[in-house]
Amino acid sequence: MTKQQQWDLVIKPQNRWYKIDIASIWKYRDLLFLLVRRDFVSVYKQTILGPVWFFLQPIITTLTFTIIFGNLAKISTDTVPPVLFYLSGITLWTYFADCLNKTSNTFVANAAVFGKVYFPRLVIPISVLISNLIKLAIQVVLFFGVWIYYLNTNSTIHPHWSMLWLFPILVLIMAGLGLGFGILISSLTTKYRDFTFLVGFGIQLLMYASPIVYPMTIVPEKFKLFILLNPVSSVIESFKYIFLGNGYFSWAALCYSGIFMLVLVIISIMQFNRVEKTFMDNV
Amino acid sequence: MSEAVIKIENLGKQYRLGQIGTGTFSHDVNRWWYKIRGKEDPYLKVGEENDRSKKGSSDFVWALKDISFEVNQGDVLGIVGKNGAGKSTLLKILSRVTGPTTGEMKVKGRIASLLEVGTGFHPDLTGRENIFLNGAILGMTKKEILKKFDEIVDFSGVERYIDTPVKRYSSGMYVRLAFGVAAHLESEILILDEVLSVGDADFQKKCLSKVGAVAGKEGRTVLFVSHNMAAIKSLCTKGILLKNGLVNYEGDVQKTIDKYFFDGKDFDNSGIISDDVRVFNSGEAKFTSAFVIDDDERQTDELYFKQKFKIKITLEVYSKIEDAGIWICLVNSNGEQVTFSAEGKNNYESRILEPGTYDFEVEYDIHLMPKKYSINLSIFHFKNGASIDLVEGTYYFSVTSLTKNKEGDYPWNMVMGYVEPTTNWKIKKI
Repeated sequence: MTKQQQWDLVIKPQNRWYKIDIASIWKYRDLLFLLVRRDFVSVYKQTILGPVWFFLQPIITTLTFTIIFGNLAKISTDTVPPVLFYLSGITLWTYFADCLNKTSNTFVANAAVFGKVYFPRLVIPISVLISNLIKLAIQVVLFFGVWIYYLNTNSTIHPHWSMLWLFPILVLIMAGLGLGFGILISSLTTKYRDFTFLVGFGIQLLMYASPIVYPMTIVPEKFKLFILLNPVSSVIESFKYIFLGNGYFSWAALCYSGIFMLVLVIISIMQFNRVEKTFMDNV
Repeated sequence: MSEAVIKIENLGKQYRLGQIGTGTFSHDVNRWWYKIRGKEDPYLKVGEENDRSKKGSSDFVWALKDISFEVNQGDVLGIVGKNGAGKSTLLKILSRVTGPTTGEMKVKGRIASLLEVGTGFHPDLTGRENIFLNGAILGMTKKEILKKFDEIVDFSGVERYIDTPVKRYSSGMYVRLAFGVAAHLESEILILDEVLSVGDADFQKKCLSKVGAVAGKEGRTVLFVSHNMAAIKSLCTKGILLKNGLVNYEGDVQKTIDKYFFDGKDFDNSGIISDDVRVFNSGEAKFTSAFVIDDDERQTDELYFKQKFKIKITLEVYSKIEDAGIWICLVNSNGEQVTFSAEGKNNYESRILEPGTYDFEVEYDIHLMPKKYSINLSIFHFKNGASIDLVEGTYYFSVTSLTKNKEGDYPWNMVMGYVEPTTNWKIKKI
């Protein structure tokens, strides 16, 4: 009677924090897909313009930046036309900021669902990354439109065609940074909500610490290192370097961002794993 | 014997009372400090039995403690207990919503839990979209949902609305659709928590028979929490009674339900009348036992609906009583008198009782409604009404909503009134 049994699942009080259960996330890939669909579809339900809103958001931001930072504050955009400069800055930045913003409240916002059924919790932040990726794709199309227009009319833009392959890696680094910061904050805020106050204006502050509304060239030498310590900076500068031929590019800085991203993702997933089991008792 | 699919060993769950704030932060720091030095969590030791009505001395409380049991494949386990007994906490741990504080749980096969229907429904999505989303949240693959899609729509009866956002649904339709998805889950183990208390009577019946089918024909294991004892009794093969976070009883369903009903009353239901329930006694005579017997002449504390029954009473008389009057009342669980009957030829006559032991058998010709009852007894002097012996609230028994031959069961959850009189309905269309 007391023969050794094969158990499919053993639940113990302590999660093995280093164990990332990729297999179970793969099992729930259909859920992942449906969540992405839900996020995407529910945004423009009951709107007339529908997905057009995804275009309007960067257009309006770019115009605002052009007027305020370009025309009023008269911050230099180097040789790049202001509209293209700001648009290139905010395209990847918006992706990062949206990912961070939406993953940072994973636990709190989904408490109702998490409290009822089990599925690998990591599915939710990953679905956020993917649905924002669709949004990014739409905005990249917009960027390409503007880019091609200036490419034909403006002789100051010299893209580094041979480095175009780096673009997906830039997106990947941004996704990783957004996910890492986001779920780290979300797992730190299940019990103590203090960090949630930080997210909103933290993202805003980080934007000013990144070369989005100003070019690296006008940053004084002594501050340059601080700006580059921000892992987002070199990604945005690389993007500008590749597509506009303008901006600061260094392999070292980009590698720093990549390694920063990897370490952050690993640490934050560990923290996420540690919290996911008992967060329902604290939320 | 079928093999165990769930095995739970010394499972415990501790909660902290009060609010989370700076106070809990010092607990966390302390706990972390103990952990660094390789010591046991200092707060796991404190905490007492979870009795919510009593003020405890500790901020920590064990919602579950030392729970151990096994569930075999194909079992339908009914989990019963009063509010706060730990039922939902247990189900939450089983369905992996939260982790245990101590102990271990082993599971074989896929678990699907249905702690509340409609989990993850998005109001802006249509019924069709929500079926897929909800199914995926509950652990189905898209292929499985596609295969069952028509069945789900058919079961929930919302075909006409399937492409309308669920926020336009009536609450009944919403619940039907949600239960439809959940009921068609293909998992080896299904966990249900009070989900049957939704929808109209018709739909409830449909749900119950679906759960029955899931368990019976498909051989799946079901864990079922409900306060509806009729449902527990008709579905479950095994029962567990939780009380203040501990397993109070495990085993036979009927015994579990009995324990649940009569728990907390100082009465063993043997039929012997204890002095606790004796309100007055003059010393001349004493009721020593009272119990219910069913139409098979067996002592019982549960009657079927519409089943004939008698009450057997034993009276010991110590000195001669010239004008003894005896009455018996059936009372409800609030102690309110539901029926009254007195002994005697025309019910209201006295008799002479010599010293000795007497057996009375009171035959009832009424249908008691499916509720819980108990017995009040009195012997008194007929002439001046002076009490000799008065017993209040002895022998608890219940009437189920099922009839003995399963025909004419009481169909609804809500039970009105206490006695079903014989009525004759004449209907004429004007």
